Amino acid sequence: MPLIEVKDVSLAYDTPAGRVQGVLGATFNMEESEFLCLVGPSGCGKSTLLNIIAGFLTPTGGEILIGGKKVSGHGMDRGVVFQDFAQLFPWRTALGNVAFGLEMKGIGKEEREEIALQQLKLVKLEKFANSYPHHLSGGMQQRVAIARALAYNPAVLLMDEPFAALDAMTRDDMQRLLADVWKTTGKTIIYVTHNVAEAVYLADRVIVMTPHPGTVKAEIPITLPRPRDPLSVEFLDHQKQLLNYLGQGTSKAA
Amino acid sequence: MQDAAVATSTSERAGVRLSENLRVIGRNLFPFLVVAVIWEIIARLEVFSRRLFPTLEEIFSSLYRLTVAGILPMHAFETVLRLLSGFAIAAVIGVTIGVLMARSRRAEDIFLPLVSILAPIPGLAYAPLFLLWFGLGNFPAVLLVGFVSMFPIIFNSWTGVKAVKEIWVRSAQAMGADDKRLFRYVILPGALPYILTGMRLGLAQAWRVLVAVEMLAAVPWGLGWLIFGAREMLNTDVMMAGILLIAVIGLLLEKLVFEKIERYTVVRWGMITA
Repeated sequence: MPLIEVKDVSLAYDTPAGRVQGVLGATFNMEESEFLCLVGPSGCGKSTLLNIIAGFLTPTGGEILIGGKKVSGHGMDRGVVFQDFAQLFPWRTALGNVAFGLEMKGIGKEEREEIALQQLKLVKLEKFANSYPHHLSGGMQQRVAIARALAYNPAVLLMDEPFAALDAMTRDDMQRLLADVWKTTGKTIIYVTHNVAEAVYLADRVIVMTPHPGTVKAEIPITLPRPRDPLSVEFLDHQKQLLNYLGQGTSKAA
Repeated sequence: MQDAAVATSTSERAGVRLSENLRVIGRNLFPFLVVAVIWEIIARLEVFSRRLFPTLEEIFSSLYRLTVAGILPMHAFETVLRLLSGFAIAAVIGVTIGVLMARSRRAEDIFLPLVSILAPIPGLAYAPLFLLWFGLGNFPAVLLVGFVSMFPIIFNSWTGVKAVKEIWVRSAQAMGADDKRLFRYVILPGALPYILTGMRLGLAQAWRVLVAVEMLAAVPWGLGWLIFGAREMLNTDVMMAGILLIAVIGLLLEKLVFEKIERYTVVRWGMITA
């Protein structure tokens, strides 16, 4: 049985311009420890779909099962990382932020700080455990956010363009780090991005979405060996293939 | 050799810091010095009668005499006690109402119109009502101080809770925070910069109304009473001593309480810059 089943999920909402179909009939499954990327242009419903899976939005149709259990509302079986650096709590140190979920779970101070420190080690920030977020760079803050979402050991990690606001060089570092974290933890990850190269670098499988209405257009497995070389011919072929699905390819195949 | 060089540079740096501090002190003191000189000139020239416009020497000798005799400290103690009692009431009720308004649509519908109407009215305008309802003495004075200083605290707590970032709430909920813990661990610290601002403004309100109401409420002690009472005897030096003491207490509360709290919380967290 797959770990996650997204079954015919739709979300429609009303705007002054009329009813908008944000997501229409999204259907896919995910195995445990799979790294899945949702790729598409803005407005294709990829973030909306992620927010439905996270439980922040209720779908108007269909359902999502995680481990056979229907999703309703947010829950600790899912960890979420947002794009906005401001997601960390400024009044808590890096360690305090990472320990938050464990604290909510009722785990004692000593134990949760030990676990939090391990998580910070995973993202190579153990030296900054006692720093407040405003003393950390954007990339470091996002790493704390990843550690925070992993700390209470959710079944799935949901990431909404976590590196989109970073500069290109930091983003490359972060992608390598995330690939390492994924390899170490074997976490199931759903990762939303509009960056095709990022998807090819990270994903086992890419789900391409297109807007108006937001639908799943294609599912493309990426079987390149890891660590992946973004300059290899195979890598660029996959990128080209994705871009073609998005209607942004240079070769006018259609 | 290297140690010596380090030692020199450290002491040099300390020297630089010291002279920097002295400059800051000098810059802050300068305007007061100017006012003091002008004051002294007016007093010596006897533009007003000496009785009504005492020299600095007379003011400070009164200040000293009344302090040593224990009169001024006793007045100050009574005033600060009333101030803090009233302010404590205002802080508790003000934050509660402000937070309620921000969290519940119904509470907002009920309180916002009331607060909007009552807040701009000068605090002293309520004084006669409070005196008629609650009699003379400490009770109406403390109650009025609490009532009047509540408004800025309500407004700022309300704004602060509304300004709490949605992404903090979402993050906390995703990590399993229920409503109670969301409030305690996210909403309150997230709104703290505004709440502290509200308290600061509330305390300023409290001072203003308290000094005036101390005369009206016929309390036996208090700096307000001292200042108004001194008018009967044309003791302008005593009045000035009382006014100076109010300034000093206000400054101490600001520096020793509010700035300390801020430095330990919102400034340390980078939520406001020092």
